[in-house]
Amino acid sequence: MAEVLTRDDPRQSQPEEKEPVVVFENVSIAFDLKPVLENISFSVAHGETRIILGPAGGGKSVLMKLADGLLKADSGTIRVFGEDITMMPETELFKLRARIGMVFQESALFDSLSVEDNVAYRLHEDGVPEDEAHARVVEALKFVGLEQAIAKFPPELSGGMRRRVSIARAIISKPDLILYDSPTGGLDPITSTTIIELVMKQRDVSHTTSLLITHRLQDAFTLATHRYNLETEAMDPIPNGGIDESTKFLVLNEGKIVFDGTTHELVGSEDPWLRQYLS
Amino acid sequence: MPFVSPEDFAKQKVAAVQEYSILAWRAVANFFSRPRYMADVYTQMDLIGVGSLPTIALTGFFTGSVLALQSATSLKTFGAVSMTGNLVALAMVKELGPVLTGLMLAGRNASGMASELGSMKVTEQIDAMRALGTDPVRKLVTPRLYATVFMLFFMTIIADAVGIAGGALISVSMLGMNASTYFSTSYRSLQYADIVQGLTKPLFSAFIIATVGCYFGMTTKGGTQGVGRATTQAVVVSSISIIIVDFLVSRAMIGIFGR
Repeated sequence: MAEVLTRDDPRQSQPEEKEPVVVFENVSIAFDLKPVLENISFSVAHGETRIILGPAGGGKSVLMKLADGLLKADSGTIRVFGEDITMMPETELFKLRARIGMVFQESALFDSLSVEDNVAYRLHEDGVPEDEAHARVVEALKFVGLEQAIAKFPPELSGGMRRRVSIARAIISKPDLILYDSPTGGLDPITSTTIIELVMKQRDVSHTTSLLITHRLQDAFTLATHRYNLETEAMDPIPNGGIDESTKFLVLNEGKIVFDGTTHELVGSEDPWLRQYLS
Repeated sequence: MPFVSPEDFAKQKVAAVQEYSILAWRAVANFFSRPRYMADVYTQMDLIGVGSLPTIALTGFFTGSVLALQSATSLKTFGAVSMTGNLVALAMVKELGPVLTGLMLAGRNASGMASELGSMKVTEQIDAMRALGTDPVRKLVTPRLYATVFMLFFMTIIADAVGIAGGALISVSMLGMNASTYFSTSYRSLQYADIVQGLTKPLFSAFIIATVGCYFGMTTKGGTQGVGRATTQAVVVSSISIIIVDFLVSRAMIGIFGR
């Protein structure tokens, strides 16, 4: 089942795409005159998994919505797949979003639709024939281990199941970029690990570029220090204390970037606030 | 509650009117380009039209009945009880049918639209829809608008008919009138201008119900409390707007047709 969702490694198959997938340049946004993000600049390369850490209320979800064009920045430039989305009209954004999958903080499943219709939503919008849509829904639900819940409705599912359905909905169109907004937020540790394993599976099997917000440091470091093993269908620690080079970190605090770099750089940082936050 | 300066208050209100106008325009214009969500239009027609039928029928019936009862008392003074059918038909078709149907649908459907869309807004389902490449106005507002306009037109005809029938029942059973006299006076009293006036009003009322209900739903803020506030505002604003627009349409129709 996994091979159907697998794409070739974009780092090998698309060598011509040198430009980063997501670029933020001096982006600022304020709500009711209160600054939420101030002069944010960073970029996410092809195949990179960028983990966004930081205390609650630091502007992480706003940053994620800016990357998907759901909010408009007050100043600065945001480029996604090389296209400037800062002033892009909504109709153009709809086309661009066909290449982006998003997992919302509270899943945001459509209550009135079954799991199958939720996951197939984008396929139905694109006019994909019913048989093909059903086959792809089953495939996506198998990927998240929820094929038995296909006929259920969101209110019948647990928080963890809803989050997994949300991931299935995001990956069904095989997007080039996935935005995970706190996929483990409010979940118990075991369910959180299951979700992180799915994120890792998507990273290591499909090599999809992604941004992931999390409050749980252990989830972030699990992603950085583990790899998904297709044979055992479980995550394994990278041997000899190695780290995944495609996983990088961005730490936000009170709307400003505190850290932007690799796992090694994060662990070795001498910044007092960062050391306290990580401890 | 923080104090808002008069300038900020005025700006907020002007911005809200602008936002409402843009939403209403987009809801209308979307129908003339693809994709069109016809399945959603039919679902809304069922919910709005068929679902409201008992409410509208009961309202129309008892309004017609009480109208006959009350007017007969006054007409008796002039020895004109036979004109009861005339009065009931004119009042129902020109005024009470369209206005009461509009108000009942505002209470039932504008609130329903505001709470449904408001809940979707606060649970990020509207954002999820946008993230999945669907225009929420096209998918959610346009079907509700066209379904309401189409169904309210026919609901008003039903309310008028049931109201006249209710008046007939009272006139025959309690006032001792002849049914054929009642219906013939009713029929003869109605002219083309009355029908046009009575059937123009629901088009405006329906537009108000759907656009106001959806506007408050789509702009909901502040969690479940915000959903409750949006629902209340939707009913209050749509009901008052229906009554004001009813006056304006009546004045315009009297100007055009002379009655």
